[in-house]
Amino acid sequence: MSITYVNDDAYHPSNEDHERWTKDGWEMVVGLEVHVELATKTKLFSASPNRFGDEPNTNIDPVTLGLPGALPVLNRQAVELAMRLGLALNCTVKKSTFARKNYFYPDMPKAYQISQYDEPINIDGWLDLPDGFRVGIERGHLEEDTGKSTHVGGAGGRIHGSDYSLIDFNRAGVPLVEIVSRPDIRHPEQAKAYINELRGILVAVGASDAKMEEGSMRVDANVSVRKPGEDFNTRCEIKNVNSVRSLGRAIEYEATRQIALHEADEPVVQQTRHWDENDGRTHTLRSKEDADDYRYFLEPDLVVVDPGVEWIERVRDALPVLPAERRAILADATGQAANSEAVMVVAERSQDEYVMDAAKLGGDAGVALKHVKEAPELAEHVPAESLAALSKMESSGVVTASQAKTIVAAMIESRNVDPEAIAAELGFEAMDNSDLEAMVDQAIAAQPEAWEKFCAGEGKAMGALVGAVMKASRGQADGKAVTALLNTKKP
Amino acid sequence: MNNDRTSAIDLAQNVRNNVITAADVIEEHLAHIVERDGEIHAFNLVLADEARARAAEIDGMVTAGRDPGPLAGVPVALKDNMCTQGIPTTCSSKILADWRPPYDATVVTRLRDAGAIFVGKTNLDEFAMGSSTENSAFGPTKNPLDTTRVPGGSSGGSAAAVAADFAPISFGSDTGGSIRQPAALCGVVGVKPTYGAVSRLGLIAFGSSLDQIGPFTHTVADAAVALETISGHDPGDSTSIQQGPLDLSRTLELGVAGLRVGRITDLPTGASPDVEQRVEEAFDALRAAGAEIVDVEVPAFSYGLTAYYLIAPAEASSNLARFDGVRFGMRTAAPDTNQMYRATRTEGFGDEVKRRIMLGTYALSAGYYDAYYGRAQKVRRLIANDFAAAYEKADVLLTPASPTVAFEMGDKASDPLAMYLCDTYTIPSNLTGHPGMSVPFGTGDHGLPVGVQVLAPALKDDVMFQVGAALERSAPPRSAGSGEGSES
Repeated sequence: MSITYVNDDAYHPSNEDHERWTKDGWEMVVGLEVHVELATKTKLFSASPNRFGDEPNTNIDPVTLGLPGALPVLNRQAVELAMRLGLALNCTVKKSTFARKNYFYPDMPKAYQISQYDEPINIDGWLDLPDGFRVGIERGHLEEDTGKSTHVGGAGGRIHGSDYSLIDFNRAGVPLVEIVSRPDIRHPEQAKAYINELRGILVAVGASDAKMEEGSMRVDANVSVRKPGEDFNTRCEIKNVNSVRSLGRAIEYEATRQIALHEADEPVVQQTRHWDENDGRTHTLRSKEDADDYRYFLEPDLVVVDPGVEWIERVRDALPVLPAERRAILADATGQAANSEAVMVVAERSQDEYVMDAAKLGGDAGVALKHVKEAPELAEHVPAESLAALSKMESSGVVTASQAKTIVAAMIESRNVDPEAIAAELGFEAMDNSDLEAMVDQAIAAQPEAWEKFCAGEGKAMGALVGAVMKASRGQADGKAVTALLNTKKP
Repeated sequence: MNNDRTSAIDLAQNVRNNVITAADVIEEHLAHIVERDGEIHAFNLVLADEARARAAEIDGMVTAGRDPGPLAGVPVALKDNMCTQGIPTTCSSKILADWRPPYDATVVTRLRDAGAIFVGKTNLDEFAMGSSTENSAFGPTKNPLDTTRVPGGSSGGSAAAVAADFAPISFGSDTGGSIRQPAALCGVVGVKPTYGAVSRLGLIAFGSSLDQIGPFTHTVADAAVALETISGHDPGDSTSIQQGPLDLSRTLELGVAGLRVGRITDLPTGASPDVEQRVEEAFDALRAAGAEIVDVEVPAFSYGLTAYYLIAPAEASSNLARFDGVRFGMRTAAPDTNQMYRATRTEGFGDEVKRRIMLGTYALSAGYYDAYYGRAQKVRRLIANDFAAAYEKADVLLTPASPTVAFEMGDKASDPLAMYLCDTYTIPSNLTGHPGMSVPFGTGDHGLPVGVQVLAPALKDDVMFQVGAALERSAPPRSAGSGEGSES
């Protein structure tokens, strides 16, 4: 699928506030085409299992192999997952059709791919990145995957120069949704954030496991550069980007390459380029003149897909809470920013509900978030009740932050999930304020220079005093309480 | 008890009632095949052993008191583009000469379940592309009524098989007239039902949006039973209509009193006078039987042929792209893979198939799509609109099925355009998806049969049969000199 670039900047107004990647007065313009394999039981048009990793050419049937007389029958579950995804991306779900994309390739058994062309099921949506940048979604359409070719011999697993090729038709006919963004992206970090956010949505709605390494999520990038505010220039499509990190590198390399051409008054040729992870460059794969004429026409073996309002609304109502909303809820409860590291990390691990459960059980949400972020295994081993109890102990000063951290490690290590028992075992008992005051007085007496500096407003000096109290209390003193005491003692 | 040995209904009834054995029925038909098929070449493959074995099974069921079904013991011939599990299915093409499908077409399953016995796979124009069955890679089929003439096509083998009494029922596929035109030329009944009434699963595609399977029989009543057996929703074909089997037999005796029979006043000319004469007589006969004859216009009718020869080849060019010598069928050895593809397709496909692949590829190509394929689809809609308007005024329409009676072999073989004109009257109903049938109605030049075509709106197959049965009752007897054939 290729994007039709138009010269109106479909940019969302608030996007203006975000940083753009620029070089020598040029900015990058990026649109992404993402193929995701849907997590259906069976293939898009036949009853063969849709399963990764099976013995090659075992999940096949007459439809998969394109045998004469075979006919496709659309998989209802694939349509539902595509709708779910479309609705999660704020798309309009509509009546759609399938077309034949005709081209000849050994891993394409019918010599045409059945794909949605001029009437895709999902159109006109958007995806908001965690920092509020909005990327428009042009379409999200259903199509079947091809077989998988493995080129043996030759360089880099490519067909050219290989000795022979193997084809596995297990993948042929696996349902894909191709999600085409608008050319709204202006920074490599936005591209990466878009993929991460999309992956989170795909997993949340159960549409796909979205693993770039296994190929269940494949990203192509359309890259061009322009002077801000001017018309779009010729673009190149970058393929073979196999990780989020590579995506950032590839589009930055490609934008830089194109800028150099523009600056040298050399033409940027519209072409498909191959990202080489090893040399960190993109290489010509084929130029537009070599492109196939796909001779699209309406697939006569299938009928119009018209989900109807009722089905669409049923799917919409059943949508789970999406990552952005989960982050917002978590941020709200913990007092952190929705795009803060802790909220992002915990929500991405789907441990946000664990934190929220602890909060509901009377725990301190912010403290719980901090521990869950730092200890990913916590959710696995420790019930929310224990996290609630621990966070409450910390926030109420029964234990200090560092003691709490020790307790967390102990709970994970020992599978003993009673934080109070662990605290008692480790001798972490809240200190009497009179003991603490005595220790503070001792620290002041022992370090008169530090005390003077502290009183003169040198914040750094506080560290030495607090440190001394901590040492004296063998780490049991509450840092906050110590600071408070020091402040009250200032003349 | 009826004892017409050419009537499938009578045969099945007698087998079910243990009046005759399926074994006897099969032997009788196999004898006809042995006697005449060397000359006629209706079959690519005769399934003598399989048929005998199946007949024994059917007889065993009857003996055991079980009902083998409505087509018990009836010999059936299948056009060789319908998949039969483990049995060669060639499309009369070199490229599939040795291919044995791993599955049965839905039609084949339903026929077998109804007690039918397959006697063979019949010859066709390669991949159903043609109107004379001369485009077969395995040699032409001859018209049993005059072996110097063609049986029509592309289902010429199936039409000839019924006409020569090799089987009382055969099945063909009709993409632009490939059932109705050979039925007319061989003097048998041939029906293309409403698109979607019969599953296409296992029918090797030519033009997927046009293809439809239908029967050849001696009588309209047999055609009704045959079609009732194979029709009805098939979840394996997405274009199959969500309804039960067609209900046809009950209409046969209803008569046509009060029905409006349309005469298309702007029908394309080109039918020979003998054919036109018979069609006029058909109108007269229906009027005499109580029908009202009304004039209708279908202005876009004449554009059907042109639109068809863009749409059908376009779909065919895509459908036939899978024949590459890799996963099935013929392979021509060559030094590398690309040369192997080219050599296989060059050698495997005949001229007419190549011509249509080229035509269709061109019609779909960037820069030509709008002018050709896109425009043809618009014409297709226009034709549908015109027919819809005509069916406001008429219940059915009557036309010739073929512009002429059977022509001589070789007559049009070197002139594709002349051959394409054979389908002038049949093509529009493929473009609209409407049903059409050819009913023998007397003879024309050389004493050869003329077929009158009854057209009806989508899903009005029953009304079409009602009129077809009335035509059959009032058809003039075939004149002397019409050859051996169905009266034998």
